[in-house]
Amino acid sequence: MNASPVTDADMHAFLDGELSPQRGAEVRAWLAAHPEAARRLEAYRAQRSALHGLFDPVLDEPLPEPLVQAGMPPPATRRGWPWPQLAAGVLLASIGAAGGWFARDLQIETGALARAVPLPHQAAVAHVVFSPDVRRPVEISAEHEAQLVTWLSKRLGTAVHPPRLGSLGFELIGGRLLPGNSGPVAQFMYHDVSGQRLTLYVSTENLGRRDTAFRFAQEGPVNVFYWIDGQFGYALSAGIPKDQLARVATAVYEQLESR
Amino acid sequence: MDSHALLAELPRLRRYARALVGERSVADDLVQDTLERAWARHGQWRADGELRTWLFAIMHNLRMDQLRKPRLECVPLDEDVAEVPVRASQSDGMELADLAAALAQLPEEQRAVLLLVTLEDMRYADVASTLGIAVGTVMSRLSRGRERLRQILAGEAPSPHLRVVR
Repeated sequence: MNASPVTDADMHAFLDGELSPQRGAEVRAWLAAHPEAARRLEAYRAQRSALHGLFDPVLDEPLPEPLVQAGMPPPATRRGWPWPQLAAGVLLASIGAAGGWFARDLQIETGALARAVPLPHQAAVAHVVFSPDVRRPVEISAEHEAQLVTWLSKRLGTAVHPPRLGSLGFELIGGRLLPGNSGPVAQFMYHDVSGQRLTLYVSTENLGRRDTAFRFAQEGPVNVFYWIDGQFGYALSAGIPKDQLARVATAVYEQLESR
Repeated sequence: MDSHALLAELPRLRRYARALVGERSVADDLVQDTLERAWARHGQWRADGELRTWLFAIMHNLRMDQLRKPRLECVPLDEDVAEVPVRASQSDGMELADLAAALAQLPEEQRAVLLLVTLEDMRYADVASTLGIAVGTVMSRLSRGRERLRQILAGEAPSPHLRVVR
């Protein structure tokens, strides 16, 4: 027989069934001629059965309840990054608290809220939450417009001015600061003589995107025109007919462009 | 990944963890962490892969994280220097309590390989991928682990003080 020398690694591989049948036979023959190595191998074999004897009873132990629970799929809320869901939850809670019956008509899709809340949706929710408020619809009223502009510009990190919509019958009531997807956003509120309210939502969170097309969205009873201009996202929301809102949106857009 | 398949692996995960870390509560905590991480990363599991190997790999990584954290009760064991007093055992040397104590004296990297091969009957290649090491490393750790365990159980544990340069 012209077999290569049997190494220590061969002995282990032999024991663990990792050798080819031919090499296995060679090792077996070699062991027959080397009793000391054979005894060592027997000791290793005994280790295997002793380890099974020691630890196999664990297999038959009843499973601890916490482990069975951990083996079940976790609830969806525990999976992944919780913040977008939290933000959506806060928005939904806000509607529930402040929107009242008005919000019930809003078709809120939680799936759509699972990631960043789309601009028209944010705007519509903010409109629904604050526009019905008779006593405190805004944080700073139009009487202090300069203060409002300074404050919001400072918080948003860029100059923001409420457009003049008097020619369309809408007067500024004031404005407020709101949380957006990742930072502050501004809301300006207007009303006409009938008390109809209209809000302009200004977000500066659209880094790197440039999309100046007008878009229309209907969020329940609220119509929204929105567009994105560089880092700015604008959304005009009101419970007024689409064509009337379109005229206001056009006026807002022209004023912002000419600035 | 479905929970039935995961629960079916639970007994073996527990057995391995118990043998690896010794203490029951620590072992079960490790298994629980493993299951939680498995669910958190279930998107990474390839359906054509072996669930058991994937779970053992997760457990191994968690255990490595644990061992990297400095802890007071954790004494690094260098296999060539470590000197652990061993009660002289009888020639049959396979009392279960002795075995558990002897196993605990192995460096963990050797213990892990030894357990995956002998208790879990894993192929060397699967052990290598589970632990993220080369097959050659699996074989050398297995060889050293088995021999050291044999020596401890036979009362022949090498003592550095008796080692003589020949």
